Amino acid sequence: MNATKLAPPGADVQLTASPRRSVFGAVFKARESGIVLALVVLVAVTATQNSRFLSGQSIRDILLGTAILAVLAVGQAVVVITRNIDLSVGSVLGLSAFAVGSLMRDNPGLPVIVAVLAGLGLGAVCGLVNGATVRFGQVPALVVTLGTLYAFRGVSYFWAGGQQINADKLPASFLDFGTSSLLGVPWLVLIAVLVLVVAGVVLRNYRFGRELYAMGSSPQAAKLAGIKVGRNTSAAFLVSGALAGLAGVLFAARFGTVDAAAGTGLELNVVAAVVVGGVAVFGGSGTVWGAGLGALLLTVIGSSLAVLDINQFWQQAIVGALILLAIGADRLVAVRVAKALKKRDSHV
Amino acid sequence: MSRRVLTGLLTAGLAVALTACGGTTKNDSSGTGAAQSTATANPGAAAKEGVKMAFLPKQLNNPYSDIEVSGGKAALDELKGVYKLVGPNDASASSQVSYINTLIQQQQNVIGIAANDPNAVCPSLNQARSAGIKIVAFDSDAAKDCRDVFINQATTQGIGEQLVKQANELSGGSGEIAILSATPNATNQNAWIDVAKQTLAKPEYANLKLVKVAYGNDDDQKSFQEAQGLLQSFPNLKVIVAPTTVGIAAAARYVSSSSYKGKVAVTGLGTPNQMRAFVKDGTVKQFALWNPADIGYLAAYAGVALSSGQITGAQGQKFKAGKLGEYTIGASGEIVLGPPTTFDANNIDKFDF
Amino acid sequence: MSERLRRFASWDTAVILVTVVVLVIASFGVENFGTSRNFTFLLLDLLPIALVALPMTFVIVTGEIDLSVASTLGLTSAVMGSLWDKGMTIESIIPLCIVLGAVLGALNGFFVTVLKLPSLAVTIGTLALYRGLAFVVLGDGAVADFPREYTSWVTGTLGDGPIPNVLVPLIVLALVFGVVLHATPVGRGVFAAGAGEQAARFAGIRTGRVKFWLYVVSGAVAGLAGVLWTLRYSSARADNGFGVELAVVAAVLLGGVSIFGGKGTLPGVLAGVVLLATLQNALRLQDVSNEALNIVTGVLLIVSVLLPNIVSAALRRRRPRAVSPER
Repeated sequence: MNATKLAPPGADVQLTASPRRSVFGAVFKARESGIVLALVVLVAVTATQNSRFLSGQSIRDILLGTAILAVLAVGQAVVVITRNIDLSVGSVLGLSAFAVGSLMRDNPGLPVIVAVLAGLGLGAVCGLVNGATVRFGQVPALVVTLGTLYAFRGVSYFWAGGQQINADKLPASFLDFGTSSLLGVPWLVLIAVLVLVVAGVVLRNYRFGRELYAMGSSPQAAKLAGIKVGRNTSAAFLVSGALAGLAGVLFAARFGTVDAAAGTGLELNVVAAVVVGGVAVFGGSGTVWGAGLGALLLTVIGSSLAVLDINQFWQQAIVGALILLAIGADRLVAVRVAKALKKRDSHV
Repeated sequence: MSRRVLTGLLTAGLAVALTACGGTTKNDSSGTGAAQSTATANPGAAAKEGVKMAFLPKQLNNPYSDIEVSGGKAALDELKGVYKLVGPNDASASSQVSYINTLIQQQQNVIGIAANDPNAVCPSLNQARSAGIKIVAFDSDAAKDCRDVFINQATTQGIGEQLVKQANELSGGSGEIAILSATPNATNQNAWIDVAKQTLAKPEYANLKLVKVAYGNDDDQKSFQEAQGLLQSFPNLKVIVAPTTVGIAAAARYVSSSSYKGKVAVTGLGTPNQMRAFVKDGTVKQFALWNPADIGYLAAYAGVALSSGQITGAQGQKFKAGKLGEYTIGASGEIVLGPPTTFDANNIDKFDF
Repeated sequence: MSERLRRFASWDTAVILVTVVVLVIASFGVENFGTSRNFTFLLLDLLPIALVALPMTFVIVTGEIDLSVASTLGLTSAVMGSLWDKGMTIESIIPLCIVLGAVLGALNGFFVTVLKLPSLAVTIGTLALYRGLAFVVLGDGAVADFPREYTSWVTGTLGDGPIPNVLVPLIVLALVFGVVLHATPVGRGVFAAGAGEQAARFAGIRTGRVKFWLYVVSGAVAGLAGVLWTLRYSSARADNGFGVELAVVAAVLLGGVSIFGGKGTLPGVLAGVVLLATLQNALRLQDVSNEALNIVTGVLLIVSVLLPNIVSAALRRRRPRAVSPER
């Protein structure tokens, strides 16, 4: 589509030598610290109204809620950085949650790690379907993932046939995994942090990561530079799908009761988390840390609304407003950076 | 361009001004009722065979509904009728409407419905009735003038009072309680909550305070999060009353895995199988229900009786409902199943549903 | 240009042919499909999708997209219910809701043409924002006692036949949109903007303004669809129309409009709408659940974009010297 073909010129700078990086470094530091500031203010306001908000149980609940969204956000960030989008993550989560739930219900003796691997695998397959269609079919990611959003969800419903998996039928070991902790930190949170760290390191320090940023900044230039754009695109969707599958396992372990509707509508929150976290929809910029912070902010907003007794219905409207604010802010930044760089170039 | 915009605005303004001088408001509007059945009943008529009855519960993936409709299926097997089950996966009224339309197309004889919203399903139910289809509401009623009979699990009064009584016992006679309900428009839950509020106003419950009614939408995840929210917002909460099997299961699961276990009681309406673990570990001391299968069973028998002309839904008419015996229709077409049962650690192992 | 037209005439003819074939098969093969009452239901079901698909065609031809249409429908439905409940007259509410839709569309247009934000991201944001506002306005409940004269007009038919009353305004609107798209300078400007934004601007077409007003029309029509939806089900709910954007985009793409912009015809889109509605209706009669139906819609959406790419790739391989020098 025409609108997405024109990337702001400033974004192309990402890959070049370090002197230019200071401009971007400053920009990103500003973005992530902005989110942290918003978080601090929000938590402070809510805590003054209700001191229980900062209690151990409450923090634990918030972190547990963020974990699932954060894992999804990391996968989405990888895809958005390449200037694509993956709207099917909610449906992949639902499919994975139901599949893993059925697996554990019917085979109570299986170790939890098998469930995790099964979820990852199923999610990876779904991601591959998306990636292959985008790559070989030359179909825009929007259309593909909009279609698979409904197609995968339909498969869940078809399979589930109206039944649901009940928490009382799942093995205790699996449910414990969802609620228990290691050294005080819940397992789910540890896994989310692990995913964040691995993704952050790969994106920043490894060739694959830098190639993804290049593809998002300028697909034509990346291809001319010899980057295997097609293969990397498929890989990005595979990662997003696999992480959505992992998130499905975490979901099943946390809530226990899973039906075919699990995860419906989550893609909106994931896109919001990623966009708010500084990953521009033009592609080529942003970090998974930002996406993780975005996920945390969104979860805290949800909790605060409940505690401050504000009408919960505002939540979705706030998500929408945040998306609009974030992309507007990104655009503003990109325009300013482009102007600054033009000024710089003119001195040459 | 600006001239076009101006003329557009002017016309729009004129239109609004003209209409402001009078028009139809909701106070003038007549109801959406359809023709009531004027045929007379023939109690001696034989029960028709091959009656096609479709069950449309609030939602499909709900263990409570599953049990209800299984009773209906058993009854239809006895009556040699044709059973069909359709329903939405979210407890929403608009989804039910689209299923009702399809059922009209498929020329069913009877539709058994547990309405997600008493008014939203009304127009399509009336369309079904004008196509000759009988409507049996069960569990959650539709508006009175859109259905032929309503199977109520127990008297609304009885259920509401029981909820308050249980909350009172579990709280030790005083303290804050909260209700975790299903969807905000659900007819049955709202009726019970209204009775509960009236009961709480009585002097013997003066020390009990209802601080909030939260809605979990009969969605497990949402109910879980609402329970979480209740405990965060009300530090002195003593009891969570959840008059919905999905809500009580989610609330019990949250409380039993949190630091509130043993300090906050959970009660309401639940199925023994879902609650067993929580009764045994002390999170839930007692809760109530009836046998949901009997509701579906009675609904099927009522449906066939309507279809065969044995009853028309008027007060005082009687019909036989298989193993449940004979039932008499009460006011406004309501048929009451019987009194609820209380479950606790002593009797929970005797039941399997 | 004529060669391109010929190629797309063939896709459109193909879609129309397939639609007719499916209708015939369904009438004979699916029980209860061929009745006049079902025909009425089918048309009533496809009405909101057909309505919204008309401006959506224009929007996609210019190379943009509007995913917020279903939320606009929902918000206008919620506002309609809320105002009705507060006692406003129905005659004031209906035009007000259409104007509201136009305003919501104008907001989209502002973000896309003035702030120059990508339409995909903007309309995802407004999809969430408008739907959220709908819930804020009306909560989880429903307002259901709309006046019988209006609701029975919307669900009623011409005389005693199977043709719904609402088909008349739909046909009028479709004719207007069709004529504008294919036979006026405005329509040509729309195609030009989609084929090449910069070239169109150099040719003197004010693409920004065109796109802005397209979003306004899209919003207004979605508002109208919201009003009709509410009256048809006699129920105003915040979640009305949930998921309609999928069906609309699927129908438009199925009808031969290119997602990249610059190509497409309105008759093709109408055929796509009918095809989709027929498939859904027939499957529902076979007891396929609403959600499983979405597999069909989702797959059709992907296929409708995949197929032209595969076909053109195959054609290119068969005729390697098809690159004509005049291009």
